[in-house]
Amino acid sequence: MKFMWKFIVRRIIITFPQLILLSVLLFLMAQAMPGDALTGLIDPNVPEEVKEQRREELGLNDPWHVRYVDWVSGIVKGDLGQSFRFKMPVTEVVTDRVINSFWLSLVTLVFTYLIAVPLGMLSGRYNNTLLDSAITTYTYIGFATPIFIFALVMVWVFGYNLGWFPTSGSVAPGLEPGTMEYYLSKFYHLLLPALSMALIQTVSTVQYLRSEIIDTKQKDFIITARAKGASESRVYNRHIFRNSILPIAAFFGYEITTLITGSIFVERIFAYPGMGQLFIESVLLRDFSVVNAVVLLFGIAMILGALLSDIILSIVDPRIRIK
Amino acid sequence: MQTSNRVRGISVENPLLQINHLSTSFRIGDQYYRAVDDVSLSVNKNEVLGIVGESGSGKSALAYSIMRLHNRAKIEGEILFRGKDIMTLKNSEMNKLRGNDMAMIFQDPLTALNPLMPVGNQIGETLLLHQPNISKHERKERVLELLHLVGIPRPNYVYEQFPHELSGGMRQRIVIAIAIANKPELLIADEPTTALDVTIQAQILDLIRELKEDMHSGVILITHDLGVVAEMADRVAVMYAGEIVEIADVVSLFENPLHPYTRSLLNSVPAEGQDRLHVIQGIVPALQYLPREGCRFRERIPWIDPSAHEEHPELHEVEPGHFVRCTCFKQFYFPDKREEAGIYGNS
Amino acid sequence: MAILEVTNLKVYFPIKAGIFNRTVDYVRAVDGVSFVLEEGKTYGLVGESGSGKTTTGRAIIGLEKVTEGKIVFQGKDITKKRARTRELNRNMQMIFQDPYSSLNPKKRVLDIVAEPLRNYEHLSKKQEKMRVQELLELVGLSPESILKYPHEFSGGQRQRIGIARAIALKPKLIIADEPVSALDVSVQAQVLNFMKDIQKELGLTYLFISHDLGIVKHMCDEIAIMYKGRHVEQGTKEDIFERPQHIYTKRLVAAIPEINPRHREKQFQFRKEVEKEYDAAYDDYFNKDGLAYQLQKISDTHLVALPEKG
Ligand SMILES: Nc1ncnc2c1ncn2[C@@H]1O[C@H](COP(=O)(O)OP(=O)(O)O)[C@@H](O)[C@H]1O
Ligand SMILES: Nc1ncnc2c1ncn2[C@@H]1O[C@H](COP(=O)(O)OP(=O)(O)O)[C@@H](O)[C@H]1O
Ligand code: SF4
Ligand SMILES: [Mg+2]
Ligand SMILES: [Mg+2]
Repeated sequence: MKFMWKFIVRRIIITFPQLILLSVLLFLMAQAMPGDALTGLIDPNVPEEVKEQRREELGLNDPWHVRYVDWVSGIVKGDLGQSFRFKMPVTEVVTDRVINSFWLSLVTLVFTYLIAVPLGMLSGRYNNTLLDSAITTYTYIGFATPIFIFALVMVWVFGYNLGWFPTSGSVAPGLEPGTMEYYLSKFYHLLLPALSMALIQTVSTVQYLRSEIIDTKQKDFIITARAKGASESRVYNRHIFRNSILPIAAFFGYEITTLITGSIFVERIFAYPGMGQLFIESVLLRDFSVVNAVVLLFGIAMILGALLSDIILSIVDPRIRIK
Repeated sequence: MQTSNRVRGISVENPLLQINHLSTSFRIGDQYYRAVDDVSLSVNKNEVLGIVGESGSGKSALAYSIMRLHNRAKIEGEILFRGKDIMTLKNSEMNKLRGNDMAMIFQDPLTALNPLMPVGNQIGETLLLHQPNISKHERKERVLELLHLVGIPRPNYVYEQFPHELSGGMRQRIVIAIAIANKPELLIADEPTTALDVTIQAQILDLIRELKEDMHSGVILITHDLGVVAEMADRVAVMYAGEIVEIADVVSLFENPLHPYTRSLLNSVPAEGQDRLHVIQGIVPALQYLPREGCRFRERIPWIDPSAHEEHPELHEVEPGHFVRCTCFKQFYFPDKREEAGIYGNS
Repeated sequence: MAILEVTNLKVYFPIKAGIFNRTVDYVRAVDGVSFVLEEGKTYGLVGESGSGKTTTGRAIIGLEKVTEGKIVFQGKDITKKRARTRELNRNMQMIFQDPYSSLNPKKRVLDIVAEPLRNYEHLSKKQEKMRVQELLELVGLSPESILKYPHEFSGGQRQRIGIARAIALKPKLIIADEPVSALDVSVQAQVLNFMKDIQKELGLTYLFISHDLGIVKHMCDEIAIMYKGRHVEQGTKEDIFERPQHIYTKRLVAAIPEINPRHREKQFQFRKEVEKEYDAAYDDYFNKDGLAYQLQKISDTHLVALPEKG
């Protein structure tokens, strides 16, 4: 247990340089982009002297490290700059989107594992049977299908043709926030995009779980378990599944990266107001301060995801704690 | 000599385990090949039967067959445990025997333990499976007792540890604790000390011997180390290419080894005053290439006149309790005709 | 004549710990050992796993950094890597324990055996092939095997390929690290016989590392018993097996399985007594860290790590 804490603390310490690196990269990116913080704030027709004065006031002419420190402390205080499209602080633009994306990701993750765990287990336990072939075929199809095409098909079939699900937005208009209907509607809007993403994203987990199980199945300690007189179902539940699922639980954090890429397409197709959609729109409209903020948040999510994975792994696998 | 007599000769009255004409075949390509070929033997209560042979002789295949631990093997013949043929048992009935009445110790104590389960729980599982009624607390007490019994210091501490935190000798003690948790009547130890240092080996063998004395179990001890057999076994079966080629009480086997394979094996271990060791030519052939006609060992002693070999060597009882698969062993000699090393010829 | 002299050799591995991975302590894998190898003899190094045998061998051949001490080979100090001339390096070769993993599976036998030749001798392709075929014949493999890959050979044959590579440059000293531990008895016999044969033929000196006392007794002239990085006893074969003095050696020798079943009760009894003696005398023979004391001479050939107080 002592080792585990050490590992976790050390792992968290490593996260700081990662965050700093991310912020430096973003800062450089922001500098490289046309215009500056002033561009979104001020009428472009104001005379140059006034602009220059404003720049001086805002500290935009300071040396780069002073500006970097200002920039970082701004972020820490929640100041992400000004959106030139929305004409309001980026923080405000982003808040709702972050919440929407969070729920979409969460539901997608739940679906991903709800699909992956039973399919992976079945296919690993009964490998080289018809059932396994069927599941494996699905995973191959999943790998070969680009997410945006699949999402389009889903919208078209279940949204437009069958009309079972809404095809845009995150909630039906006109509902009072806080009511039961409001939350149900939110959930209803999440379902189809989450399912679309999960169905594609889950295939790698299915395959991983399958091969993990097939691998564990022929380990010596499984024979030990049988030699103890454990029934086949106990051998699977207690020894094989447990030992195969643990490494997968650890990948949980890394899934966030996949989720982010997936959400960029899926939110666009489902016109779902989340970070992914915001990202695409802002890129297209060159709303750079928003792009920067989104990339920053994505980056932080990925770094925290990896941190989470490693911590889970260290809790779950006693062999790692020693190191 | 009649077959029935012969089989009785190998066995004794009411053996604990009686195997009759057991064959275990593995599928390679689209054909089955016998890794254990028509083996008959018996083990009594309170007896250690040693099984020796080079690797690839089929020793583990035989052990796994007795426990019915093979996944995809074809097994024929009878395995009578306390007089009842366990080949006919349903899986659920077999599960009641395994770990309870018959148990196994494996060769590699690191891979034989679940890496993600504290060792205490791994021992406790055996108890839980066969004595589901005892309380959790009592179970833990029993596990601690077992840890103590197999010579583990600080049982309370080790109980919570994971396999990788223990040394090889400690892990093998855990494997043994699992095997003896329910005081099995039959204990099969498949190379239990091969992975261990000599001093640890001595301790582990000592432990197995003590446990046998306490529980009056029958023990099958598989090894390729003739010294281990000499110290542990009451009777010894020598296995080659899936067959038993010689079986005798331990003293007869070491002092009067008859089959050329037995003699070759004994002569290949370093002994007092021996400068060169005997080398058995060739290797144990892979399953698909085993000669199935005539004597299987013949191709590894090519200097013997072909006419000296028997067409279909069978196990014959040459002395009470001493069986050899051949009658023509008398014509066997070593190629350089020098004195055979070893202890036999009475010492 | 001494071909190798090791004096007070220490090899420490740092243990890193803490949040900043600082070195907090050392694994004292080899902790001050001294011994001398006479030319043409076989010197056995015995001990339980983890006692530092492999590390000793690797340090001598230059695969491990020497923390302290001195290694003199053929009269030259080779403790520092820079001091190892090509000539000295070629005179010292190593045979590894595992014949399955020590040969590169992607290389043909020809390339494996020729590798040292290519490093040291500039032979034409034809000469090289001939030399390799000679070597293979010497280790009892058919010269046609040169185009085969390691997996096409049995364990014993592979170990002999490893030996062919080791003797390709006609070295003076071979460090054999558990050369037969992974092999079956019959194959073991083959490799051991063969090692004895080429020793006579080429006048080799062996540092023979093993945990199997039966084999060490068969192979070695002189033996050192190693425990936790230190030697507890050194002597001739007879000194060690017939007159063991250190309690650890006694226990090790007593643990050898008795091959005569008639004597086994006696052996068990003897082992029990030794075990009792070991438990009783442990504190006399080891210091408070459980380490052996300095070696002391008790005869011309026989050294034992006896407590300093005497
Ligand atoms: N599951 C299996 N499938 C195919 N062949 C096997 C299997 N298990 C063992 N064999 C083969 O059967 C023979 C006997 O093996 P084994 O019983 O492990 O020998 P031993 O334990 O005496 O070393 C060997 O040729 C081995 O390759
Ligand atoms: N590269 C290394 N880093 C750290 N510790 C090592 C290293 N190599 C060996 N050791 C440690 O040194 C000790 C001696 O190991 P080794 O020389 O391999 O022993 P032996 O060959 O006698 O089994 C062991 O405790 C081992 O864990
Ligand atoms: S002499 Fe008999 S035992 Fe020996 S090889 Fe021939 S048939 Fe087999
Ligand atoms: Mg085996
Ligand atoms: Mg070693």
